[in-house]
Amino acid sequence: MLKDITIGQYLPGNSVIHRLDPRTKILLIVAFLIVLFTVGNFAGYLALALFLFAVNKIAKVPFKMLVKSLKPLLFFVIFTAVINLFLTRGEPIFKWGIITITKEGVRLTIAMSLRLIFLVIGTSLLTYTTSPIVLTDGIESLFRPLSKIGFPAHEIAMMMTIAIRFIPTIIDETDKIMKAQSARGSDFESGSLIHRAKALIPILVPLFVSAFRRADDLATAMECRCYRGGEGRTKLKAIKMKRIDAGAFLISAAVFAVVIVMNWL
Amino acid sequence: MHIKVENLVYKYMPGTPFEHIAVDDVSFEIKKGEFVGLIGHTGSGKSTLIQHLNGLIKPWSGKIFVDGVDISDKEVKLHELRFKVGIVFQYPEYQLFEETVKKDIMFGPKNMGLSDEEAEERAREAMNLVGLDHSLAEKSPFELSGGQKRRVAIAGVLAMQPEVLILDEPAAGLDPHGRNEILSRIEYMHKEKNMSIVLVSHSMEDIARMAKRVIVMKEGKIAAEGSVHDIFKKGESLKEINLDVPQIKRLTDELRRRGYDLPDDIYTVERAHEEILKLFEMEHHKV
Ligand SMILES: Nc1ncnc2c1ncn2[C@@H]1O[C@H](COP(=O)(O)OP(=O)(O)OP(=O)(O)O)[C@@H](O)[C@H]1O
Ligand SMILES: [Mg+2]
Repeated sequence: MLKDITIGQYLPGNSVIHRLDPRTKILLIVAFLIVLFTVGNFAGYLALALFLFAVNKIAKVPFKMLVKSLKPLLFFVIFTAVINLFLTRGEPIFKWGIITITKEGVRLTIAMSLRLIFLVIGTSLLTYTTSPIVLTDGIESLFRPLSKIGFPAHEIAMMMTIAIRFIPTIIDETDKIMKAQSARGSDFESGSLIHRAKALIPILVPLFVSAFRRADDLATAMECRCYRGGEGRTKLKAIKMKRIDAGAFLISAAVFAVVIVMNWL
Repeated sequence: MHIKVENLVYKYMPGTPFEHIAVDDVSFEIKKGEFVGLIGHTGSGKSTLIQHLNGLIKPWSGKIFVDGVDISDKEVKLHELRFKVGIVFQYPEYQLFEETVKKDIMFGPKNMGLSDEEAEERAREAMNLVGLDHSLAEKSPFELSGGQKRRVAIAGVLAMQPEVLILDEPAAGLDPHGRNEILSRIEYMHKEKNMSIVLVSHSMEDIARMAKRVIVMKEGKIAAEGSVHDIFKKGESLKEINLDVPQIKRLTDELRRRGYDLPDDIYTVERAHEEILKLFEMEHHKV
């Protein structure tokens, strides 16, 4: 169950997409999201779908993994779909008792669902093809100009690196504690809501205790190795824009331009 | 209680690029009242294997029978099985959560549906069994030392009075005194309470001293199975899979090689002590 969480998971590989500079990928994802939310007709969605499909093919991310990344969002997608479908006012096309479905509602529902799905697939492609460390290096480098006005770019990047690094650890730990408490007869699956909420205490307490212990240990270990923040810190693997990054920008810009132009057609 | 495992296979994250076969076609039996030692190199699948025995994880394929009943059967209440097959996890002290030691030990019995009085009685007994002083009962488990925490966690499983007790490296990371204490308590429960025990350990000494039968795992498969003597007499094949014979066995083998007349089935320090003294006495008489 817990193993379904794939956010932040990296699939090592050596495709062109893997080799792109993280900053390229981040900027292109941001551009992709902006374009995604301006799309006004189905041709636009089709173009973006083809774009995602092509990127996915090049990156060789198994289709199964994409489906898996969508799973946790399924509920959210259905929830927004239902809300949009029933609560949008406009020209009715179906009426049954108090339920009215409008043409605008259907349009909005499909658009929102597609947007959410594309959003998740796009960002999953980013995390699947970029190792968390490289990703935060990219973020840090993009935000560095802001540190002139006091924005703690390095600190935030370091915090993100650590947080991402510990996601699998915490998931593993939760899994272990759940098993240990199940072995003592804890029951998380049946009973009333209150009963189930109570059953969480034996999991959360040990989890917090160990998270704090880990944080403490990590802080000590970092200090022992003379960590003193970002100033003057150099990177083992400096990130560098290459020719393929220029290529990626050009191709994506072309696709995005086409999609935006299609809006006016 | 009799446990039988047939052709068990378990995969972590099946169907993803991270798929990993942790247990690969394993079959074995644990008879009533037996003391089985489970050894194997790091990552050989011991912890994964034992979690199947009370239904904490479901096999990818293969079957587990407890007293002849297939536990994958819909009729079987896994909840109840877990009170009969108790598992003490690796580093169990990280599962403590209650305000007091006593309350934490009572958690299992309370889940069984026992009354407060009964659960308290069980907690008291379990504390005796693991050698925890009763003055600790009202303390917070988080204030205890590592060894004491470990005992509280073990008591928490013992308080359910399981028929089969499975321990995953119960003595790892304890000082020599703590180790001996915990191990002799386990031996006591096996002998006096007639509990079946499965002991997972990296210490060949502990296994040789306590287990009657040994199962050796290698890369998810059972590499060998037999009595302590069967397993440790062939030291070379154990070395190949990053295991070894008890150190005292190496010493007595060396002595035998140099012509001392010692038996070839010495695996514990106590026994070696005895046999070597015997040898001395014989020399003494000859003179
Ligand atoms: N939660 C998990 N997800 C993925 N793989 C896992 C998980 N737990 C264990 N594994 C893998 O399964 C294999 C068997 O692990 P297991 O913990 O059963 O070994 P072990 O014999 O108990 O080792 P140790 O002696 O170190 O405790 C290992 O290769 C491990 O990497
Ligand atoms: Mg283990």
